[in-house]
Amino acid sequence: MSQRPLADGLYRLVDGAPRLLGGRRKSDGKLAFPLPQGAQGELYEPVELSSDGVLWSYTVQRFRPKTPYAGPGDDKSFRPYAVGYVELPGQIIVESHIATTDFNALRIGQPMRLTLMPFRREPDGTDVMIYGFKPATQTQEELTAS
Amino acid sequence: MTDVHIVGAGIHPFGRHDGKTGLDQGVFAINEALADAGVVWGDMQFAFGGSSAAGNADAVLPRLGLTGVQFINVANGCATGGSAILSGYWAIKSGEFDLGLVVGFDKHPRGAFNADPEEWGLPAWYGEAGMMLTTQFFGMKIQRYMGLHGIGAETLGLVAEKAFQNGAKTPHAWRREPVGLNVIMSSDLVSDPLTKYMFCAPAEGGAALVLASDRKMRELGLAGPRVRSAAVRTRVNGSFEVFSPSLEIERGPSPTELASKAAYEMAGLGPADIDVIQIQDTESGAEIMHMAENGFCAHGEQEKLIHDGATRLGGRMPINTDGGCLACGEPIGASGLRQVYENVQQLRGRSGARNVEGARLGYSQVYGAPGLSAVAILEA
Repeated sequence: MSQRPLADGLYRLVDGAPRLLGGRRKSDGKLAFPLPQGAQGELYEPVELSSDGVLWSYTVQRFRPKTPYAGPGDDKSFRPYAVGYVELPGQIIVESHIATTDFNALRIGQPMRLTLMPFRREPDGTDVMIYGFKPATQTQEELTAS
Repeated sequence: MTDVHIVGAGIHPFGRHDGKTGLDQGVFAINEALADAGVVWGDMQFAFGGSSAAGNADAVLPRLGLTGVQFINVANGCATGGSAILSGYWAIKSGEFDLGLVVGFDKHPRGAFNADPEEWGLPAWYGEAGMMLTTQFFGMKIQRYMGLHGIGAETLGLVAEKAFQNGAKTPHAWRREPVGLNVIMSSDLVSDPLTKYMFCAPAEGGAALVLASDRKMRELGLAGPRVRSAAVRTRVNGSFEVFSPSLEIERGPSPTELASKAAYEMAGLGPADIDVIQIQDTESGAEIMHMAENGFCAHGEQEKLIHDGATRLGGRMPINTDGGCLACGEPIGASGLRQVYENVQQLRGRSGARNVEGARLGYSQVYGAPGLSAVAILEA
């Protein structure tokens, strides 16, 4: 039951909960996602982005994409998946998989929370994990307030 | 500065043409345009050409004659055709040349385009994760737009229905049969809320235009619409474009709004002056959004205009009179030139059953990844 992220530097676990890694440009503080790598990365410092946001827009991928898509299965076994943009208030809007199969229930403006989801399983049994946002009935603030 | 006129226009029908290369279709369009103007290849002082998937555009040269003409290959994504026209327009406007040609052609594999993250400066995981698809971008862009401006799904269907009705009247269109609204609405979803019939498909075709200065046109005894303005603009901070792993919260204008504004200013015209309109309809939602981004209505007014038939032939703002990308398909290199070809035909009263009676001003706008737009305004 080993796991690995789809790519290094996408997210990190903080007290067992995932946080997306963005970059803060050293010159002006402007946020970027994902955290720029290589030569461009030298202009940024890593920053953990908020794990709560609201759905900004969404769609459903109804056919299996061509390469470079590296998801599980083939055209026959393909299951549609939702993707969307989630606004992290005061920070940035990030593109993400949406962790739901109840596509008709998605609404712009609904609260969302970061999660990790299995993307595909390698031949050696390793689960390749990807970040996603799942519909949250309440925001963190509301939970704290109640 | 001299005025620039389009004195010849040629097209190879769009669609699927087994046994013909993209290059064949480009050469066909060039010969049609030259014959339309009554000039020969040897008269051309310059040429600008574009092809995305059908090889180098200047591969037409051995087929047409190695005259030593300066030929410049143009590559600007889906706006390649619009960029070729702009280049030709500048070449004559500058006073450097009097007569030249712009051409675009293409031939794409079937199915949705797939993109290589590295070519776009994006990390590999973004492609592997299945988030780097133009179809998703279009679905998400119109989903949000519909939510913000109160536009219903049936309006998307009406745009596609009109496209196929117009395509049925257009010899150069690919889809030449009307498709019922029910069929459009109930066809398979590609990327919600867009169904199969609401998306254009990659295709094949070629289009070419012969451009001349005012002086040269008179000297040769030719005639043709005047290019009142041509402009290309690229994205600025805050515009929502394809292949964006993240967006800024503060939103900004689109490249289409910027190119449109520049073209109107250059021409000294406004949207109300325009008689016939060709705007990028990669999918139904794009036509709806581009109606407002090009100034033809306010955001949200599209719902009523489209339901009232304003954008159909015979309506007060006929849009995509040849069926647009939805009915013609999208050969990237040729697509923007097809729009201008259609406006030339309309302004010369050569459009047969789809003719917009008495049209004097034609507007065209082509949009391309990763966020640029090209606008041209023609006057009869």
